[in-house]
Amino acid sequence: MSFDNRSVDPAAQEMLVHARDLGAKTVWDRHDEMQPLCGFGDLGLCCDVCYMGPCRIDPFGERSQVGACGADAHLIVARNLARTVACGAAAHSDHGREVVEALRNATVIANPEKLKMLAEEWGVAVDHRALAARMASQFGSQEGPLIPLLRAPEEQRRRWEKMGITPRGIDREIVELLHRTHHGVESDPVALLRGAMRAALADGWGGSMIATDVQDVLFGGPQAIRSQANLGVLEERQVNILVHGHEPILSEMIVAVSRDEDLLALARQAGAEGINIAGICCTANEILMRQGMPVAGNYLHQELALLTGAVDLMVVDVQCVMPSLPQVAACHHTKIVTTSSKAHMPGAEQMAFDAHNPKQTARAIVKSAIEAFSRRDPSRVNIPRHKMDLVAGFTNENLPLYLGGRFRAGYRPLIDAVAAGRIRGIVGVVGCNTPRVAQDSNHLALVRCLLAQDVLVVQTGCSAIASAKFGLLRPEAALEYAGPGLQEVCAAVGIPPVLHVGSCVDNSRILSVCVALVAEGGMGGDLSELPIAAAAPEAMSEKAITIGLYAVASGIFTAFTPAPRIAGSSVVRKYLEEDVEKETGGKFLFASNMDDAAKGILAHLDAKRKALKLAPRALTTYVPATGLKSLGCGQAQKHSQERVPEA
Amino acid sequence: MSKIIAEAAIRGAYACMNRAEAMLSEAIHRHGRAKSIAFPDTAYALPVILALVGKRVEKLGDLEEALQVARTWLPAPPTEKLWLPYLGGTLDAGAATLVAHEAVEAMKPRLAFDFWLGPTPDSILREQGIKLVDGRMPGFAACVGAAPSDEVAEQLARDLQERNILVFMGGNTGGETMAAQLNRRGVEMNWETFLVPYGPDTSSIVHALGFACRAAFTFGGLRPGGIKETREILLYNKRRVMAFVLALGEVDDEKYATAAGAINFGFPVIADTDIPEILPSGICTYEHVVANVAHRDMPSRAVEVRGVKIRTVEIPIPVRHGPAFEGERVRKEDVAVEFGGKYTRCFEYLTSRPMDRLQDGLIRVVGPEIADVPEGARLPLAIFVEVAGRKMQPEFESILERHIHSFLSEPMGVMHLGQRDSVWLRISKKARDAGFRIEHLGTVLLHKLRNDFPAIVDKVQVTLFTGSDDVEKLYPEAAAAYQHRDERMGALTDESVDIFYSCALCQSYAPNHVCIITPERLGLCGAYNWLDGKAAYEMNPHGGNLPVKKVEVVDPVLGQWKGINDFIQNASNGAFLKFSAYSMINDPMTSCGCFECIACILPGTGGIMIVDREFSGQTPVGMTFSSLAEMTGGGQQTPGFIGIGTLYILSKKFISADGGLARLVWTTTRVKQKLGDKLRQRCEEIGQPELYGKIADETICTELEPLIEHLAAVEHPALALGEMI
Repeated sequence: MSFDNRSVDPAAQEMLVHARDLGAKTVWDRHDEMQPLCGFGDLGLCCDVCYMGPCRIDPFGERSQVGACGADAHLIVARNLARTVACGAAAHSDHGREVVEALRNATVIANPEKLKMLAEEWGVAVDHRALAARMASQFGSQEGPLIPLLRAPEEQRRRWEKMGITPRGIDREIVELLHRTHHGVESDPVALLRGAMRAALADGWGGSMIATDVQDVLFGGPQAIRSQANLGVLEERQVNILVHGHEPILSEMIVAVSRDEDLLALARQAGAEGINIAGICCTANEILMRQGMPVAGNYLHQELALLTGAVDLMVVDVQCVMPSLPQVAACHHTKIVTTSSKAHMPGAEQMAFDAHNPKQTARAIVKSAIEAFSRRDPSRVNIPRHKMDLVAGFTNENLPLYLGGRFRAGYRPLIDAVAAGRIRGIVGVVGCNTPRVAQDSNHLALVRCLLAQDVLVVQTGCSAIASAKFGLLRPEAALEYAGPGLQEVCAAVGIPPVLHVGSCVDNSRILSVCVALVAEGGMGGDLSELPIAAAAPEAMSEKAITIGLYAVASGIFTAFTPAPRIAGSSVVRKYLEEDVEKETGGKFLFASNMDDAAKGILAHLDAKRKALKLAPRALTTYVPATGLKSLGCGQAQKHSQERVPEA
Repeated sequence: MSKIIAEAAIRGAYACMNRAEAMLSEAIHRHGRAKSIAFPDTAYALPVILALVGKRVEKLGDLEEALQVARTWLPAPPTEKLWLPYLGGTLDAGAATLVAHEAVEAMKPRLAFDFWLGPTPDSILREQGIKLVDGRMPGFAACVGAAPSDEVAEQLARDLQERNILVFMGGNTGGETMAAQLNRRGVEMNWETFLVPYGPDTSSIVHALGFACRAAFTFGGLRPGGIKETREILLYNKRRVMAFVLALGEVDDEKYATAAGAINFGFPVIADTDIPEILPSGICTYEHVVANVAHRDMPSRAVEVRGVKIRTVEIPIPVRHGPAFEGERVRKEDVAVEFGGKYTRCFEYLTSRPMDRLQDGLIRVVGPEIADVPEGARLPLAIFVEVAGRKMQPEFESILERHIHSFLSEPMGVMHLGQRDSVWLRISKKARDAGFRIEHLGTVLLHKLRNDFPAIVDKVQVTLFTGSDDVEKLYPEAAAAYQHRDERMGALTDESVDIFYSCALCQSYAPNHVCIITPERLGLCGAYNWLDGKAAYEMNPHGGNLPVKKVEVVDPVLGQWKGINDFIQNASNGAFLKFSAYSMINDPMTSCGCFECIACILPGTGGIMIVDREFSGQTPVGMTFSSLAEMTGGGQQTPGFIGIGTLYILSKKFISADGGLARLVWTTTRVKQKLGDKLRQRCEEIGQPELYGKIADETICTELEPLIEHLAAVEHPALALGEMI
C-alpha cells in the first residue's frame, strides 16, 4: 500500500508504513474513518448556536431554508465563521498575553535594543515591566485604537476607520464578536463578517504582533541561521526531546538547560551521547529562528515522530497538539508532558510550567527525558533518514541589513527588484497541514510554481517547514527553482528564494515587511497597492481562518485552501471573494487546487504591477553647463588664466 | 555570480585590515599613541574615517580605535554551501576596507615623486570640487589599475575628459598604473586637466572617496556622527555625486573589497574584464557591477549605469574639446603659432549689431593662416566677434566677451590666457598636425556662442585679423568699448536698481543655501555679479537666477529690504527671516561652501580678518580656512562669519553697516596682491590712504597677540572703532 495520497514527504510515507506495521492509528486513519464528512457541517449550514436546534438548512432548497429562529443560510454560515475567527484570534492573542506576562516577570532581556525601540514607540520608560504593563493594557483596552495598529499605513487605517472596524481592545473585539453571534443578536451576515474582521485585526496587528515583538525582546531578534528539518534530525544515540506547540517560553529554557554540563553528564551516564532538542509545529519555528534548533516536522508529523521510537519525551503546551498523542506514544517508551495550565491531556504527565522559575521546570523535563531514554528499546527505533539543510531566521528587522549592510540598510534593493521586474511580487505562503490533502503537496506545488514565476516567497509556520523539508529554504534553491530574475536577486543578496520568517504569530512580521515597503516609497500608499499576496494552501486550524481574514482586512489578496465552511452561503462567499475588496482593498480567493491559486495570485500581482505603472529605468540627462553657468560657481576662469607657462 | 565577489571582497577586506593593523602597531611601537597623524591641509582629519566611523582621527591612538570599530564590521566569509546572506556583510566589509585603506594612506610616507598628487587639500576640493556642485562636471571616475596599453589609457582618459568627467587614478595592474601610461603618452595630469593620479597602491583610491565624503561635508552641510549620519553622507553621494569606479585589468581581492566600499556610496563598478556581475539595483541606482565592457564603451556605459546621460556638443574641429582640456598648457617647444603675450598685439572684442547687418555663420581669417607662417611664428591677432539677437542687450556684450577665454581654452592644443587686450594665445604643433587652423578659433566661438547662449544670440559672425594693419586699425574701437563698459558698470549701485538677483546655482549640492546678488555685492563664489544674474535670467527664466524685487527699504544701513526678506523666508522654508546685505553681524547672508574668501571678526582688535580659500596656513583667529569654512558654510547664519567674493572688499557697501573697510586688520598676501592698486584706491576714497599699509598679512603674523601689538604700533583705525559685537 502506498501512502502518496496521505503525504508527499518520503519520511512521512516511510513512517506511515511503519505505523501500519505497528498497528498504530494516526490522524489519517481517523480522518478516513470520519468519511463521509458531514455535508451540512462542511457547507457551514449546521447551526448549534441555541438549544432549540441543532438546525440545518437544506442546500438544495427543497426542505427548510431557515432555522427555528428564522436565521437563513447566510446568517448561519456567517455566524459559524465569526465564531471560528473569534476562537482563532483568542488563541493567538492569549499567546500574546502569556508572553507579555513573561516579559513582566523576566529577569534576563536578550534584546535590549528592541526593548528600547519598543519603549520609545509605546511611550514608556525603557523598562521591560513598564512595557509589559502598557502592552497588557491593550488586551483590556476599551477605546483604542490599538497602539501597534498605528504602524499600519495611514491609508489603510483610514479604510478601517471608514468601515468602523478599527479594533479598540483585543479582548473587547473577541468578546463583542462572540456576543454578536449569540442567539438573536446580529442578523446581518455582512455586518457580522465586518465584526469578524475587527477581531481578526485585533489579532494580526494586536495579539500576534505583540507576541512577536515580546518574544524578540525576551529571547533575541532572530538572525539568518542554518539548521535541518525532517524526522531524520532525531538522533539515534542521543536523548531526543521534542518540543511541540506554540509558545517559546519553556522551549527556550529547555534548549538552554540541555547545554548544562550536569545534565549532559547525566545523559552520558544513561548511555546517551548528548541531548537533542527538536521541534514540531510552531514551537519548532520559534527555537529554529532564534537558536537554530532542528525541526522534526510540521503539524502532521507530530504522531509520526512518536512512532519512530526514538523520541524519549515530547513536551507540549498549547494549540495544534493532537489529543491522540498519549495513545500514539504508548507504542513506545515515549513520555508526553503537558506544561500549560490551559491544556491538560489524559494519559500525559502534567509538569506545570512555573513562570517564576522556568529553569526548574525545564531541568525537571530534561531529567525526565534522560530517565525515559534509559527505557528506550533500540531495536524498535526506526528513524527515517530524511533530513534537509535549511537557512531560516529572517525578519523585518534583519532583512534591511542583509539587503544593504549596516549603513545602507533598507528595503530599496527589494523595491528596486520588484520595480525592475526581477521580482514579480512577494507572496506569503503560510498555514497548516490537513489530512484533507496529501501533506505538503499544496504548499510545495504553490511555492515551486511561484518561484519559477519570479515571485519571492515568505513563509511561516507549518508551511515553511514543508518547504524546509524539500530543500526550498537552502540558498542553492534559488538556482534550482527560481525564475531568472528572482535568481539574480537571490544571488546578489545571498538569500534563499523562500524566506522563513517564523511561527504563525510571526505572520505579523510579514505585515511589518509590507508596512516597510510602503514606507520606503514608490510602491503605493497602502498594502493593497503592493504587488503582494498571501496563501494558506493547507489550512486546518481556526487560527488560519483568522490570519486569512486579517490579511484580507489589511488589504492583502489571500488564496485560501481548503475553503472554510462558507459554501452554503452565496452572500458570504460573494462578500469575501468580491465585495470586501472595495472596502479593505483585499479579498479571498477560495481555490480548490493550486493551479487556480497560482493563476489567481499571479494575475493579482500583475494587475497591481500594472496599476503602479512600474516603469523601466529613466536616466537623468546631464546637460553640460552652458552660458553663464559654464563660468561656474567658483573661479574656473581665474584658475585657467593662472596657468601661465614659461614665456 | 555575486557570491564569488562577496568571497573575494570579504577576503580582501580581512587582508587590508590586517595590513593596516600591522602598520599601525608598528607605528605605535615606534612613535607611541600620542603621535599625531593627518592629511595635509584639511579640516576633515581622515575624511573617510570621519564619515564612516564618525571619529576625528588626530593621533595614532585615535586611528587604533577607528580600526577596532571597523574590524567589527567584517563578516564571516560565505560558505561554499548553505551560505548565509552576504550582500550586507560584503558592503560592511567594503566600508571596513576603506577605513583600513585610509589608515594605510595616512601612515605611509608621502609620495614626493613623479606625477602622483596624493591626498587632496581642502582648498583644491573647494576650487575644483565646485565643478561637481555647479554642474560643470557630471561626476567623477575612480580608475583602479591600468589599461592594456598606453594608447588605450590615453583614449580612455580623453573620452572621459571630453565628457567633463573628473578622473581619479589609483592602484596598479601587475605593477603598471594608468597614470604612468598617461605620463608616457605625454598627457598632462593635474586638477585643471581633470586627471588626478593619487598613487600606485589600491589603497590610494580611498582619496577619491575621501573627496566624496568631503563633498557631503563641505557642500551638503552634513555632519559626521552615528550610523544615521553616515547613512545620510552615503545617500548624499548616491543622489548627488555621479561617480563610478572603472576597474581596469585583473580585479584582485583587495580591489573587490575596495569596490564594495564604493558601492556603499552608490558608486557602481564597471570592469573591462570578465568578472561576475551584480545587476540588481538598490544600493546603487542601477547595476552594481557590470563586467566585460570594451574600453571605448566604458565612459558611456559607466555614466549610463550611474544613471546619467551626457549630452555633448559637437563642434566640427579636428581636435577634441571640452572644459577638461582648458587646463592644458602649450609649452614653448610645442608651439606652432603664437599670438599676443608680450610679443604682438592680441585682443578680443565682442560687440552687438542690428540683426540685418550680420551674415550668420560667417568666419573669415583676414591675413596669414597657420600654413602661411613658419613654425613658432608670432602673429598679431584681433578676435572680432559680432553678434545679433532679438533679446541681445549692449550690457551683455562684456559677459559674452568674458566667455571667449573658456571657449578658446577648450580645444585640445589651444592655450588661451588673459582677456580684452591682454590675450596670449598659442596653438600647438599637435593641433596643427591634426588639421587645426586659425579659422577653427572662429568655428569654436560660433558654435559655443550659439549653443551656450541660444536665448540671446541669434546670429554670430567672427573675423580673425592676423595682419598687423588690420589689428591696429580695429584696436581703438575696442579700447573705447572697454573703457565705456567699465564706466557703466561702476555707475551701477544698489540704490540705482529695483531688482536684485538670487543665485541657487549650487543648490543641487547645497540645498540649504541661496545667494542674493546686488550690484555692489557679488556672489560669494566670486564668479557671478549682478549683470551675470540679469543675463542668466534673461536667458533662462526658470534657471538658478531669479529677479527679486527690493520693494520697500526695511533698513538702509544694514541693507534690508522687504522683498528680499520675504524671498529669503520662502526660499529657506522659514529657517531665516531676514538677510542683511551690508552686515556680517546682524542677520548675515548664509554661505554654501563655495566662498572665495571668509571674513570673520577678530575679538580684541575691533576688526576683521579675511582669508582666501587657497590659504592653508593658520590665521589670527586660531583656525585654518577649512575650519572656518565648517563654521561658515552649509547654509547656516553665523554672526561674525561670512563668505564673500574677493571683489566685494572693494565695494562701497563692504560691511558698511559694521564700519566698512576700516575694519580690515588682517588678510592674506594673495588677497592683497589680487586687489593691489584698487584696494589702495579704495583706502584713499575712504580718506585713509595709509590704511593699506596697516593691514597685516601672514608675513607679519598669524597669531592674535602679535597682531594686536602690530595694530597698536601702526595705529590701525579699527582699534578706535571699538568691538563689533
